[in-house]
Amino acid sequence: MSFLQVLDIHHTYFTKTSATTALSDITFKVEEGELISLLGPSGCGKTTLLSIISSLLRPTHGTVLLENKPISTSKRQIGYMLQQDYLFPWKTIEENILIGLKLSKQLNEKTKSIALKLLNQIGLNGVEKQLPKQLSGGMRQRVALVRTLATEPKLLMLDEPFSALDYQTKLKLEDLVSLTLKDFGKTAILVTHDIGEAIAMSDRIFLFSPSPGRLFKTFHIPEELRKLSPFETRNHETYSKIFQTIWKELESLEPEKE
Amino acid sequence: MSQKKNRTELLHQTYVHSLKIERRWIRSYQAIIFIVFFSSWELASQKQWIDPLLFSSPSKIWLLLLDKLQDGSLAANIGVTLTETVFGFILGTLLGTVLAAILWWSPMVSKILDPYLVILNSMPKVALGPILIVALGPGYPSIIAMGAIISVIITTIVVYTSFKEVDPNYLKVLRTFGATRLQCFKEAILPASFPTIISTLKVNVGLSWVGVIVGEFLVSSKGLGYMIIYGFQVFNFTLVFLSLLVIAVFATIMYQLVALLEKKIVKE
Repeated sequence: MSFLQVLDIHHTYFTKTSATTALSDITFKVEEGELISLLGPSGCGKTTLLSIISSLLRPTHGTVLLENKPISTSKRQIGYMLQQDYLFPWKTIEENILIGLKLSKQLNEKTKSIALKLLNQIGLNGVEKQLPKQLSGGMRQRVALVRTLATEPKLLMLDEPFSALDYQTKLKLEDLVSLTLKDFGKTAILVTHDIGEAIAMSDRIFLFSPSPGRLFKTFHIPEELRKLSPFETRNHETYSKIFQTIWKELESLEPEKE
Repeated sequence: MSQKKNRTELLHQTYVHSLKIERRWIRSYQAIIFIVFFSSWELASQKQWIDPLLFSSPSKIWLLLLDKLQDGSLAANIGVTLTETVFGFILGTLLGTVLAAILWWSPMVSKILDPYLVILNSMPKVALGPILIVALGPGYPSIIAMGAIISVIITTIVVYTSFKEVDPNYLKVLRTFGATRLQCFKEAILPASFPTIISTLKVNVGLSWVGVIVGEFLVSSKGLGYMIIYGFQVFNFTLVFLSLLVIAVFATIMYQLVALLEKKIVKE
């Protein structure tokens, strides 16, 4: 009876000349309110897995259950945040954050005011009528978060959402996103290749090995770190110990290359 | 400190001044080319260095212009041609965009139609003129059809390419919200392609003029194209040149209007 169950997922990409297996034998469970990180070198199928969980992509084998129902029928329960903000440049900030509600025909005075309030809560005041290009990268990514949260998804997919930002903005946004998700009690899956970010943000880390992508190892973040904000976690003494452990595991994944 | 600031200001002023001077030079050279061209034409014609019957002269064209303006025939002919061109141009662009949308909608259709589009695009569309005139009758419809048909295929190809090149991540965002294909088209594909559509408008202005003038050559009853063909038949080349100059002026105005529209839309 877990919140999200990923059962025996295999996925193979076909082209005219080859069949590449991107994911093999992936099974895991996520409880409600958890934040999971998928960590691994590039090409281990992390983004593919996110696409499958959010039912954008149909796996060649396996099922994903959200609250015990197959994910394909539970559309619009999932929010997806991409590497870049992908705000529509021709829409104002307000139109951008309301697009999800508009598309799913949930747009009314109430949901609209909730979305606009969310924008204020996240620290963006008086930008409703502005265009995305008038905002800085960090502000735009925050707008993208509001856009994702506006439809009140049960599950959030974060596909390296901080990778296009400068370091300082990234640290600040990590705190903000982590706090916002905890406040709303959202379950989230974060894809990243940054070990530090994975430790700082998540409750559990799934380490993936490449070609084909497999679930290699699971790390549980100790309770004392999970209570802290990402920024505080980074300064905690056990942080570097965990970092070292994961680093060694990552190293062991690619010995033949050297 | 303040000295440094003064220096920067001074340098900026000199820079702005140099820009102004450059612009003045460009304008005066443009004016000189214009004056030299028309005055040497006039002179060569008067001195009979070129055949005045064939090449006419600016003064004769000017007198004919005043004459034609007075009897109202020029205004009528301009009106006819302009209406045909504007309609042909709008129709060509709209049809082309709709066709592009159909191709985007169904990748299967686009794969099937691909060779036919290539053939239609490489075919000289004006060659269809006689068929159009027989089918639609010698009047507005067939000439407007000429103006449209000449630009429709190239519009389809260019706009369809831009539809395909829209960043797939925008579609991904929409699909995570459960958007249908129609919603994806309306919210992302079409608005993202507006700049391309506007720039095909610019090309289509020129193409529609070609289609309409050729159409009027063939139908020969009204319009600037008719004036050219009539002048040619009665060996009145002053009339031919007058029509050419009027066409040049109006085609330029239309192009500038589209450029203005582009500036307004693309800015947003």
